[in-house]
Amino acid sequence: MVEWTEFERDTIKDIFSKIDYDVVGPAALTRCLVVYPWTRRYFGNFGALYNAEAIMGNEMVANHGKKVLHGLDRAVKNMDHIKESYCELSQLHSDQFHVDPDNFRLLADCLAIAIATQWGSAFTPDIQAAFQKFLSVVVFSLGSQYH
Amino acid sequence: MSLTDKDKALIKGFFAKVSSKAVEIGHQTLARTIVVYPQTKVYFSHWKDLGPDSPNIRKHGYTVVKGVLDSVDLIDDLVGGLLELSELHAFRLRIDPANFKILNLNLVVVLGLMFPDDFTPQVHVSVDKYLALICLALCEKYR
Repeated sequence: MVEWTEFERDTIKDIFSKIDYDVVGPAALTRCLVVYPWTRRYFGNFGALYNAEAIMGNEMVANHGKKVLHGLDRAVKNMDHIKESYCELSQLHSDQFHVDPDNFRLLADCLAIAIATQWGSAFTPDIQAAFQKFLSVVVFSLGSQYH
Repeated sequence: MSLTDKDKALIKGFFAKVSSKAVEIGHQTLARTIVVYPQTKVYFSHWKDLGPDSPNIRKHGYTVVKGVLDSVDLIDDLVGGLLELSELHAFRLRIDPANFKILNLNLVVVLGLMFPDDFTPQVHVSVDKYLALICLALCEKYR
């Protein structure tokens, strides 16, 4: 079981109540696909992904970015049972999508950067620490059902 | 993953824009490395104050990030150009190379935070490649 301080719980709820999902989700996924091009392997049916400009203008990427960010909502609502909350999704990513779980970490890093670009100095070191801890638990949970 | 001419141009252009803020970039990068990854404190046990506002953190953060920014002049031969620094990290400081990646992540967060319009995904990928190559160059003398 992960232990959360009051500050961490409040910070996570605060972040997710304030971020614009329609901006941060697409920004994070876009950045991931540009900075770590091998992640494009999972989106063969998304159309044009051959360069940064194509990715940044791709509507399917943007929509998927929003979907992925909303995928974190269950963890925000259920911080004491994150691993259990992601059992099914972990199986899905392993057995259906065949996603290398290291890629979850890459996307998590891009999420931190996406929020940093939105919030600037309001994304303090303590807030960054809480957010990255939260993401690392989600990343671990998404990898937990791989076999 | 070697640097193309386009990578080098983007890196040089971006670093020229941000180098005047090197003190702040360095301070934030090292402060965040220590706060977000507390295991990195082991390398600074000789300092009493490891809080984000510590003068030591500020000064040392600048030293490290200045090294990253200045190495742009060595971009065509990072391994050769950073041999001495590699020896320092390998034989004297003996920093586990995993920490270079941790520092790089925090540097990239700070660059995104301070320069949201300039640190585009295109600039980010070139800078990320450059930082990975600096890691390799610093590791050259480790074993």
